Amino acid sequence: MSISESKSVWIFSEDKQVAHELLGKGRELAGDLGVKLEALIIGQNVSDQADEFFAFGADTVYVAEDPMLNVFQVETYASVIADLITQYDPEILLIGATKRGRELAPRVATKMETGCSANCTTLNIDGTTKRLLMSRMVYGGNAVSTQICQTNPQIVTVPPKTFEKPEQEERIGNKISADVKIQESRVKILETRKRELIGARLEDSKVIVAGGRGIKKKEDFRMLEELATTLNGQVGCTRPIAGDLKWFSEWIGLSGLMVKPDLYVACGISGAIQHLAGIRDSKIIVAINKDPEALIFESTDYGIVGDLYSIVPALNKALKENLGK
Amino acid sequence: MVNIIVCMKQALDVAALKIDPSTRAPVTIGVPRKISDFDKNAVEEAVQLKEKHGGTITVVTMGRPEATESIKETLAMGGDVGCLLTDPSFEGSDTLATSYVLAEGIKKLGDFDLIICGETSIDGFSSQIGPRLAERLNLPQITYVKSMSLDGDVVKAERDLEDGVQVVEAKIPLLVTVTNEINTPRLPSLMAILKASSKEIKTWSASDLGVPEDKVGSAGSAIEIIKVVAPETKRKNIIIQDKPVEEAVEELARAIVKEGVI
Repeated sequence: MSISESKSVWIFSEDKQVAHELLGKGRELAGDLGVKLEALIIGQNVSDQADEFFAFGADTVYVAEDPMLNVFQVETYASVIADLITQYDPEILLIGATKRGRELAPRVATKMETGCSANCTTLNIDGTTKRLLMSRMVYGGNAVSTQICQTNPQIVTVPPKTFEKPEQEERIGNKISADVKIQESRVKILETRKRELIGARLEDSKVIVAGGRGIKKKEDFRMLEELATTLNGQVGCTRPIAGDLKWFSEWIGLSGLMVKPDLYVACGISGAIQHLAGIRDSKIIVAINKDPEALIFESTDYGIVGDLYSIVPALNKALKENLGK
Repeated sequence: MVNIIVCMKQALDVAALKIDPSTRAPVTIGVPRKISDFDKNAVEEAVQLKEKHGGTITVVTMGRPEATESIKETLAMGGDVGCLLTDPSFEGSDTLATSYVLAEGIKKLGDFDLIICGETSIDGFSSQIGPRLAERLNLPQITYVKSMSLDGDVVKAERDLEDGVQVVEAKIPLLVTVTNEINTPRLPSLMAILKASSKEIKTWSASDLGVPEDKVGSAGSAIEIIKVVAPETKRKNIIIQDKPVEEAVEELARAIVKEGVI
């Protein structure tokens, strides 16, 4: 195997959108190293996705197809990826840090006795060592740790929406039908209750109006919805609201969705660091909280200290007037 | 009867962490340590399973000698035996090395049916130890579990994923990681705390485990930390206080419009 073939940058995500995002960053890293960008597609009847992957920047696509790979199963997918790594010896492997990706990457890394950096949001090639510099939030979002992996492949997981999906170009690539050993999963999926997706995904929203424990009843979120409507945005919440009270199915924060809207309006959110870590990259953060000591105020651009029950409707009215709605 | 191993991390209390303003480096010295939140859910789940099915709970941790305090807390919650894996050579372990030490400790403990870990740790937040341990011990894994039950030798669990809830089952032995929605960890009574002080805590070093030095600590780690600094967050911090609502919202509305973000 020649060096240019053996030292490529690989990307994988079971979520096609995330895989496309990774191709953008992967292209850049492969360019810096002067190596090929290669992608893995795993599933059943997925071979025709390869063209799209080429258009987004892949030089090579390895396709592993089998009825057993129809649904993501961590043991099965980890065995396939490890087998491919053993056969082709990549330098770097980027995996989308979806929940599935986050349980897959460490399993693959352990099979290969290599390191893995989770949830990295900045990736660069170090000019001298040519290793991948990976940055991730640690200590609940209080600090950013920059690290390198000394063994190959250097495995890293990247949260969805961290990098922009690249422009598609007319390109062709090399499609390789992978010959892999597949380990059957010992976990059986009995049922999947799909979450209802109303409208666009929260991560895609330019404006998010979010509520925390300061919201007393589920019905009171209507106030936030009205404000969100005025701003063409969507409503989100913190982990206690979704996880404990179950008023919503997903939450914003380090353990949930990482968001970076242009405008984030935090209503009755105290500002637990895990939550702040999930909104850190928002362009403008606005907070409304009755406690002047609330942590959220340290991380906001604009804030009002006061009762959100009178401020939110009044703000909605004032914005409508200012926007001429 | 179900023999459960719970993996627990004595983590830095990240809420108490301070940043050195001159270097922007987090100051970890003197920061209190506590049981990582999700690991308390893991202990609680183990205790609830034991209450239903009988059995034993062993709480394993890799850490400094002071992690004994956290182990005692878990024994007060209902754990039976503690196991502290501690050695100066373990310092600086990444998830590759940590999972190796934990796996060796668990092998030395002997037979088990179930390993329960927290979904992630409050300080590292990598969610890697569960899956890495499952791989090392050749176990199936069920992650992000928000409810679970044991029926004979089958674990049935609900997993919380982005696109919905997945209901799965697998035979023991296996490893699960739990979310903090799965239960509310109990506060041990004074009686339980007193009783826990007589429970056994095994303390094993690198030589007790027979682990070579080049597989643990910094030497056995693949990840090298280059630097750790607090991110620069430049926020305007314009806080409107003590103004009538109408006036305050008008000021805010104008500011938002002026930012050009809507």
